[in-house]
Amino acid sequence: MSLTATRPPAAPPARKGAPRRRPRKVFGSEHRTVVSPHHLNTVWGRRIYWAVLVFVLVTFTLVFLFPLYWMVTGAMKTQEEFLRLPPTYFPSDWTLESYRQAWELMGLGKFLLNTFQYAFGALAFTLAFDVAAAYALSKLRPVFGNVVLLAMLATLMIPPTVILLPAYLTVKDLPLVQLDLLNTPWAIWLPTVANGFTVFLLKRFFDGIPRELIEAAQIDGASPFRILRSIVLPVSRPILGVVSILTVTNVWRDFVWPLLVLPDPERMTISVGIASLRFNMPQTTMTAALVIASIPTIVVFLAFQRHIMAGLTAGGLKG
Amino acid sequence: MAVATRPPRGRPQRRWGPAFRRNLTAYGFLSGALICFAFFSWYPMLRGFVLSLQHNNFVDPPEWVGLDNYRTVLADPVFQTAWVNTLVYTLLALLCGYVVPFVVALVLNELRHARGYLRFVVYLPVMLPPAVAVLLFKWFYDPGPGLFNQVLGLVGLPGLSWLDSSSTALISLVLVSTWMNLGTGTLIYLAALQSVPGELYEAAELDGAGFFRRIWHVTVPQTRLILLVMLLLQVIATMQVFIEPYLLTGGGPEDATMSVVYLMYQYAFVYDDFGAGSALGVMLMLVLMVFSAAYLRFSRDDPQERS
Repeated sequence: MSLTATRPPAAPPARKGAPRRRPRKVFGSEHRTVVSPHHLNTVWGRRIYWAVLVFVLVTFTLVFLFPLYWMVTGAMKTQEEFLRLPPTYFPSDWTLESYRQAWELMGLGKFLLNTFQYAFGALAFTLAFDVAAAYALSKLRPVFGNVVLLAMLATLMIPPTVILLPAYLTVKDLPLVQLDLLNTPWAIWLPTVANGFTVFLLKRFFDGIPRELIEAAQIDGASPFRILRSIVLPVSRPILGVVSILTVTNVWRDFVWPLLVLPDPERMTISVGIASLRFNMPQTTMTAALVIASIPTIVVFLAFQRHIMAGLTAGGLKG
Repeated sequence: MAVATRPPRGRPQRRWGPAFRRNLTAYGFLSGALICFAFFSWYPMLRGFVLSLQHNNFVDPPEWVGLDNYRTVLADPVFQTAWVNTLVYTLLALLCGYVVPFVVALVLNELRHARGYLRFVVYLPVMLPPAVAVLLFKWFYDPGPGLFNQVLGLVGLPGLSWLDSSSTALISLVLVSTWMNLGTGTLIYLAALQSVPGELYEAAELDGAGFFRRIWHVTVPQTRLILLVMLLLQVIATMQVFIEPYLLTGGGPEDATMSVVYLMYQYAFVYDDFGAGSALGVMLMLVLMVFSAAYLRFSRDDPQERS
């Protein structure tokens, strides 16, 4: 028992097991945390551990998963059952009627299509402009490059909502060119590019690309554009993935900005569209609409879990 | 390639021939982003200040009025309410949204089972569009068939009127935003906790430090920077609260959930007074700049510190 307190090397420790029910499942020490593996392996340590584990599993499932379950099944109930007291935990007759209604009455298809258009257009512009900018700042190093970078990073100091009004007015009447971008996708696409955090993430990654690689290409006579395309981009796939996911999910989840710049019901994003119809819809239809609106982001999450986690911790925090 | 003689390693300046051409290329690459930043970040920043000093109906030429807009906003009885609400909201959100994720991360870090599942579940609400989460909770808060009053009923407590009473409305908003943002903080803390060297816990234990002292004297100092950064980020984020009052309460009941940004929105889009709205925006910006500056300063130190 006392032997286990010393920290074993990385290899799975040859443990002498406690004589409990499952001798194989002894707590090893992958990474030493606050509680020592030694304590965990005592009888009380195990009891407490399992108690905490079960408690956490149950609480988290209730707190985080149950509301979603309630939402999905709530939309499958009939309107009477939905309002019944006490509530039913399983719909007595499962019906997809509300989903169909939400889709047709609220025009969710249109909203979804709009949102796709905004999200992926914004992604295209962000990748094109911000990658080029970060490449220039990191590898071409023009005069005043540092000033430009600093000015871009300084925008991180300005929280988006405090420049909401002037930004809205700018989009409404673009200076110099006098264009009205309201109700056009440009009002989403272009402002998304102006994201200091994206530039920062990309530049930091490009800084890590060895100079020898670039120099070798220069000697071979490659143009800056060619170097970007054939050397920098292929090795940057991880960061491009992170930036893409951040950009798409941010546009998808955004509410205030699209609320202001896309007031035309034909142009609304799904979040704004649903919110704008919240007063006139039966509760079941509304709930079905909420489910439909969250499916895309949940799917993205399921598909790219690892990248999203990487994005969270990349360069500290999300912007 | 014109001047393709290979420069010595120490001087990477002359890579693509004359400096002028190199700069031209670089600014060519930069132009797209520069235009976007100029139009949608830099210019609005300046314009916010200018607008706050003008009467402007966007038809007639703008009229300079000095600090008039600020006086208007300050004289508004709702002004003080909005700031107090925002501060209370921020404090409550810190209590829930800052302390809770750290505790959750601490617990999750100790668990050896179901880690993937727990992380997944905690982060799931973050992926919902905020509008969806807020509207979902609006339904839960319903005093009649709402889920929360059902749960209270199950354990024999009387139902609350949640959003309809000025005493519970604000905390109801905090609950929603805590629920939907908890995952972000938790995962960031988890990542930070993984990098705490295990030897320190061992050493502390040998010195006789108990469970809580190990957390206080090892975990907290080791994750100090990320804790600080998250604190600042949390303050910055919660002081901009808008979507919750906008969708749940409309600022009511009796302005109990009126926030600064919501008031700003009202000035601009309900009263059509962009000058006063901008004045409010500038005030909020000045307050938040302090936190933002600190945040930037510390978050930039952070990666080196951790790796």
